[in-house]
Amino acid sequence: MSFAENCKEAILNGNIELAEKLANQAIEENIDINIAIDAFSLAIRKAGDLFEEGDFFLPELMRSAEAMKGAMTVFEPKIMEDKVDRSLGKVIIGTIEGDIHDIGKTLVAALMSAEGFEVFDLGADVPVGKFIDKAEEVGAKIICISALLTTTMVGQKKLIDQLKERNIRDKFKVLIGGAPVSKKWVEEIGADGSAENAVSAVKLARKLLEE
Amino acid sequence: MRPVINVLEEEIKEKVIVEAMEILEEIGFFVENTEAAEILRNAGINVDSETQRALIPADLVKKSLKTAPQSISLYNREGDIVSELGGNNICFDPGSAALNVLDSETNEIRKPVTKDYIEFTKVVDQLEHIQAQSTAIICSDVPEDLGDRYRMYLSLIYSNKPIVTGTFIKESFEIMKDMLVSIRGGEKELRDKPLAIFDACPSPPLKWSDLTCQSIIDCAKYGIPSEFVSMPMTGANAPVTILGAIVQHAAETLAGLVITQLVSPGAPVIWGGSPAAFDMRKATTPMGSIDTMILDLGYVEIGKFLNLPTHAYLGMSDAKILDMQTGFETGMGTLLAGIKGVNMISGAGMMDFETTQSIQKLVIDNEICGMTHKFIKGIIQRDEPIAKDLIKDMEEKTHLLSHDHTLKWFREEQYIPSKIIDRSTTEEWENKGRKTIGDRANETVTKLLSKYPGVSLDEDIIEDLTKIMKYENVDFKTKLDL
Repeated sequence: MSFAENCKEAILNGNIELAEKLANQAIEENIDINIAIDAFSLAIRKAGDLFEEGDFFLPELMRSAEAMKGAMTVFEPKIMEDKVDRSLGKVIIGTIEGDIHDIGKTLVAALMSAEGFEVFDLGADVPVGKFIDKAEEVGAKIICISALLTTTMVGQKKLIDQLKERNIRDKFKVLIGGAPVSKKWVEEIGADGSAENAVSAVKLARKLLEE
Repeated sequence: MRPVINVLEEEIKEKVIVEAMEILEEIGFFVENTEAAEILRNAGINVDSETQRALIPADLVKKSLKTAPQSISLYNREGDIVSELGGNNICFDPGSAALNVLDSETNEIRKPVTKDYIEFTKVVDQLEHIQAQSTAIICSDVPEDLGDRYRMYLSLIYSNKPIVTGTFIKESFEIMKDMLVSIRGGEKELRDKPLAIFDACPSPPLKWSDLTCQSIIDCAKYGIPSEFVSMPMTGANAPVTILGAIVQHAAETLAGLVITQLVSPGAPVIWGGSPAAFDMRKATTPMGSIDTMILDLGYVEIGKFLNLPTHAYLGMSDAKILDMQTGFETGMGTLLAGIKGVNMISGAGMMDFETTQSIQKLVIDNEICGMTHKFIKGIIQRDEPIAKDLIKDMEEKTHLLSHDHTLKWFREEQYIPSKIIDRSTTEEWENKGRKTIGDRANETVTKLLSKYPGVSLDEDIIEDLTKIMKYENVDFKTKLDL
């Protein structure tokens, strides 16, 4: 099997150890880092496709994302050393204050990270101010804010209002998520979008940055 | 632990059997078939030649119960075992012999044609949770007299699954039997590996007609399983009390059982039925009635008490279109039948009092059958300790979604539905066109029809079946889409 095929197998089987081993092997054998990472990226996208087609389920998708992350961690020093710019951008993600539901947000974070975003996961029950401060601090392009309860989703509006007050609304794309979120709510609060599932969320993030 | 449901007290079961035997001994039953009357007379039973009434002593019933087998193995066309009809095993097949179909495009109830039958069979063949097929639809484009054999012909050609069937005219049996023998290669082979079950319905109260007697006699001769389908209607041609109908059901069924065991001791028979809690407003026979359901469970419990394989028509609806009534009646009946451990559960696809087949409902019902198969597995302990180690692991990671343990077990611990069942977020559902279950069922049907791998039956056997089918120089092979 070729290197790319091995990568595909490691990612699609969610084999973290094998993914790390292959990354190390690529470095040892001096394979062009961009080519090596592309091989992994192709595989993780295939995992996303399989998920969307219904052949892959969440446990498998998450595991693929983790295998991807394993490989990327191995590549990190090399990326720094070679000054290769592979990052799609920095993303701040978290569940809003007062809400402890974070499985959906965690999923999105894992998939974004696998896609090549640099993800800062702030966890659950995160105050609005903290999202903004962190985004400013690291120079994020995207803020993702999740709310599962109708009572806490007002926090999503609060975040956008505060960005406006601080005159930095244009610095960030704001994606909102969670069960009660609708297109109407997105428009009402002036967010940049929401997606129907974690895989689409990653696609949406890419699309927004390309615009 | 496998979930269980019981509806009769132990001592009541005993009472039902005793009273059913008393009825056969004191009141008797009616035999309209001369061969059956002869068989009974040869066993020393008095059959009144004028009234056709036969009185059966309890001893003969008991003796017959001893020879009837406790379970029946059912095999597919290729000869692989599909289900062991016995114990609490379950097996699903579509409701059979529908006079109409619900057209999935126009939503109109109309007369079926060969194309409907072929499509239906192709879909059943691919449904994971429905293990057997039935000769489900009466094709209006062939003469009525040919219907029985024609349905068998099409089923054998288009599907590998075993068939629940039956005869509407006496002459059909010989031809249908020949078709089955043609598939197996011999009568002994067919006896060893049953491929079809023949339904036989006594007429309430307590009458075994010429046709149904003939069917069970012929089946017994060839070791083909007979499924007795007694159908008392409470308050109409049977007592209004559910237990009263169960007694009548038992008496009718035992009468059939005695005939078969006299023909051939050890002949395979199934304690089946299709009773109804007669509707006192509309004079109809509702299959979705909760009383019909409990009546079914009751007579099945008697069959199990007698250690016989069981059958019921459960998981049907009386609704005329796909709506909530269709779903809830089917869901309730199917799950109850599954928990009860009814060995052959007939009904998938059927609505409108066993008269109308819907291919959309069929694929939806496949999901209900799948859920039922899953439910009756009960809850299983997979690990020791059960959860402690995993809870510990969650201290490090906030979730178990990608944990080895999750990957190992999620497919077994969860019933994963097909796309027919909607579990998407509102947004996704809206983005995908606000589809109803009927829309999704139609998509599934279209997909299954395009995925049908083609007829796998040997050319020679198709020729042979066509020869057996032959009637007035009509070449039935031209009706196939081979």
